Amino acid sequence: MSGFAALLTRDLRLAFRHGGDVANVVAFFALAVILFPFGVGPDPDLLARIAAGVLWVTALLAALLSLERLFDADFQDGSLEALSLMPVPLEIQVLAKCVAHWLTTGLPLTIIAPLLALVLHFDAAGYPALVAALLLGTPVLSLIGAIGAALTLGARRAGVLLSLLVLPLYIPVLIFGVAASEAAALGLESRPHLLLLAALLAGSLALAPWAAAAALRQALE
Amino acid sequence: MAGRESQKSFTGEGLACRRGERRVFKGVAFALTPGDALLLGGPNGSGKTSLLRLMAGLAQPEEGVIAWNGETIADDLAAHRARLHYIGHQDAVKPALTAAENLAFWAGMRGTDGGVTDALCRFRLDARADWPARYLSAGERKRLGLARLMASPAALWLLDEPTSSLDAEATEILLTAIAGHRRAGGCVALATHAALPVPGAQALSLADHATWRQR
Repeated sequence: MSGFAALLTRDLRLAFRHGGDVANVVAFFALAVILFPFGVGPDPDLLARIAAGVLWVTALLAALLSLERLFDADFQDGSLEALSLMPVPLEIQVLAKCVAHWLTTGLPLTIIAPLLALVLHFDAAGYPALVAALLLGTPVLSLIGAIGAALTLGARRAGVLLSLLVLPLYIPVLIFGVAASEAAALGLESRPHLLLLAALLAGSLALAPWAAAAALRQALE
Repeated sequence: MAGRESQKSFTGEGLACRRGERRVFKGVAFALTPGDALLLGGPNGSGKTSLLRLMAGLAQPEEGVIAWNGETIADDLAAHRARLHYIGHQDAVKPALTAAENLAFWAGMRGTDGGVTDALCRFRLDARADWPARYLSAGERKRLGLARLMASPAALWLLDEPTSSLDAEATEILLTAIAGHRRAGGCVALATHAALPVPGAQALSLADHATWRQR
């Protein structure tokens, strides 16, 4: 457990020292969302109808932006090789890095999403479900993203390859995330969608660290 | 020496290594007892790093067996990792963290945190402890990487070109650290081009085992 805490603390400290990385993700999310009213016009009804979808798609893309550097910095400077030789299992280390990634991308996105929902005239009744869905869904983005980031490690143009690999896998999160937020906005039950998101989270929590660790070992051979 | 044979030891037999399509070496063997040092020599590309990576369990040999105390390391890689330090070409130093933070992180990953200040002093980095590592020179970063050896205990040290970009004083510090480690019953395997004065060290030249020249 001490290894998990040590790696988590280090990654958070690094993210904090390079504050720009976190700010970039949040700024990208905010700007991309704000572009929509310009693109589709200021009609409140139309914006309210697409709000959940817009927020989720842009959150997904914003999370994707930061994935490339999840393992790459450690790979480039030899830290990853050294980490793989630590007595702490690589799976636990991947989990620590995913938690750090979520705390520095998914969580800030979840926090500012309600503000941006306001810009899109999102129905007030949908806010709790929107935040709950993002809290359950964004960790899945980090976990699935870790598999993609590990698989594309060392590849040329890894960023593009990463998007091609990971975006299709994000579709279930997108579907249930949007459905939960919209159901609540329409006055329907959002619980089943949130439960499905929770199931996705539980599944990826159990599988993603193993898959990503296996891919990392392959990259280090 | 005969009495030592029965003690725990680190051995490799009939080792062959392939990198991609190329067979790097074959028929390599070594045997280290506690307190032994092994100097790996050979020209560039003869497989010194590859052999160290096999010893660390980072890659599997194509043929042959590496064993610790008679047990194949591949059978229990976790236990093998817990007893070794591997310092590769790259320093694994994070520029945004201070020297002390960098070292404390690696010690923390191995479950210790007591030896950091001491290790920084040993490698004459105590004055740099609170500097972000990005302000350290190449030699100082290398020393910071090597300070990991002192910050947490491990029985086996695997060092890849440890003296590159080190000045004479730092090389001396490293040699003293190696001597102390061997006195305490540790093993060292190091790849080097420099003629390092490591008393009583076994020498293994990979040029003798190269398969790529014969083709």
